[in-house]
Amino acid sequence: MDLSLTTRDEGDRTVVAVGGEIDVYTAPKLREQLVDLVNAGRYHLIVDMEGVEFLDSTGLGVLVGGLKRVRAHEGSLRLVCTQERILKIFRITGLTKVFPIHDTVSEALTAVG
Amino acid sequence: MPTVHLRFSALPAHVRTARLVAATVARRSGVGDDLLDEVRLAVGEACSRAVGQHTRSGLNEPVTMRLLTEPGRFCVEVADVVPIGVPLPGITSAADLLDADPDDMDESLGLALISGLVDDVAVIPGIDGTVVRMTWAATAL
Repeated sequence: MDLSLTTRDEGDRTVVAVGGEIDVYTAPKLREQLVDLVNAGRYHLIVDMEGVEFLDSTGLGVLVGGLKRVRAHEGSLRLVCTQERILKIFRITGLTKVFPIHDTVSEALTAVG
Repeated sequence: MPTVHLRFSALPAHVRTARLVAATVARRSGVGDDLLDEVRLAVGEACSRAVGQHTRSGLNEPVTMRLLTEPGRFCVEVADVVPIGVPLPGITSAADLLDADPDDMDESLGLALISGLVDDVAVIPGIDGTVVRMTWAATAL
C-alpha cells in the first residue's frame, strides 16, 4: 500500500488527507507536500490521519518538520486521528504534547489557539 | 533453531518488505495477533535506522535481518555494518525535537519508538557494526 495525499482548502486552512503507509520510503512525498503548501502561503494545516494504516518515526519526523515550518510563519499544524494504534505512536514519543490532535476534521477546522 | 535470514540493499523501499517478512514469520512462530503491529513497527524502525546508517556512511553493503524462532520466543536481529564511532543519539524529549537536526530527529524518534514498544530490546554496538535485537514471547506451535 503506497501513500495517498489529497488536499483541499477551507478558508485560510488546508486539509491534507493522508492514506496508506507513511514510512521511510513514502515520507519524502508527504514532506514535499507540506513544503509545497507552506511555500504557497498555506500556514494553517490540518493533517487528516484517519486513512493511515502505518506510521513510523520518519513520518513523525516529517510532521514535526511541517510544524516547524508553519510556526516560522505563525501558522498551525493540527492532526485528526482516532486510531488507537496510531495515537499510541504519538504517546510513546511524547508528541501528543506537541500536536493538537482532534477527533474530526470539522473539530480541527473550528479549533482556535 | 529455525531461522529466516534476509539481506537487502540499504534502500528505503526494501524496509516495507522486511516488515512484512518479519510479521509473517512472527505469526508463524506463535507471536500473538495483538503484538504483530508492534513487531511490524519495531522491525521497520530497526531496518530504517540501519538503512540510514549505511546511506550516511556511503556503504553499499546490504543490511541483514535474522529472524529466530525459539521455544517460547521470537527474536529479531537487525545488523548494520557501520563501525561504531559516533555515539548513538540519546532519546530526546518532545521539546528538544523541535530544535533537532532532521537526521538526528528521525534516529532518536526511531530508537524512542523501539524502546517504548518492545520490552526486551538491546542495542549492541560493535567494531563491525551495530545489532538491534528485539525479542517477543511466542506460544509453541
